[in-house]
Amino acid sequence: MMNCKQATELMSQELDRPLAWRERMALRLHNLMCRGCHQYRKQLAFLRMALRSRAGGD
Amino acid sequence: MPIDEQIHEFVGARRADLVRFAALQLRDPALAEDVVQETLIAAMQGAAEFGHRSSVKTWVYSILKRKVIDALRTRRQEVPVSQLGAAVEDDDGCEGLFDQRGFWATEHRPHRWADPEDSLEQQQFWQVFEACLDHLPERTSRVFMMRELLGLEVSEICQELAIVTSNCWVILHRARMGLRRCLDETWFAR
Repeated sequence: MMNCKQATELMSQELDRPLAWRERMALRLHNLMCRGCHQYRKQLAFLRMALRSRAGGD
Repeated sequence: MPIDEQIHEFVGARRADLVRFAALQLRDPALAEDVVQETLIAAMQGAAEFGHRSSVKTWVYSILKRKVIDALRTRRQEVPVSQLGAAVEDDDGCEGLFDQRGFWATEHRPHRWADPEDSLEQQQFWQVFEACLDHLPERTSRVFMMRELLGLEVSEICQELAIVTSNCWVILHRARMGLRRCLDETWFAR
């Protein structure tokens, strides 16, 4: 199974490129079982939203 | 209200935000002032073609982003990005976060942040946020800002800075990891 270090790498890349189907499935499976990574993904989404709101997007 | 007055009013009220936005990326307050000044002039000159396609805020920021990119380009000819922060290249920003098998170390496992959206309304939050951004190594921060504040695609950033795509992903990952950790410890600390 994918570990958290690899999962965090994919969660970052997911914001920069479309993930392959296999990557998406592996990540989803990992996050179903890992509360830490589940939170991490939400927090990355928050960081992006915060930065975009700062940059005049509305 | 005529569009040029709207632009004037917006820049008057939000000037400090615009300067801070530029300064975060340029790391040069005087240059940031100049860039905002140029942005105002360009916005006034372009007021006729603006025609309410977007809000004044979006319009002004889109000009500011272009001006920041131009300023970064000009300066890159003086200080190549490849020379910035080379010493911290090896620091992956993740040491200690994971155990030997690559799973979260117990004390670093992310926990839920309480009401993050409410934080956005607090001025103090933004001070912490900016301090955390400033904390990132310069090269990391540069790439991250181009992606998240200027909204450039990874391919454009790679081309602009002459780095390979996979390297760009690694840098962005470190930036997010570092920024998240800093906010977690200094703002959302449990």
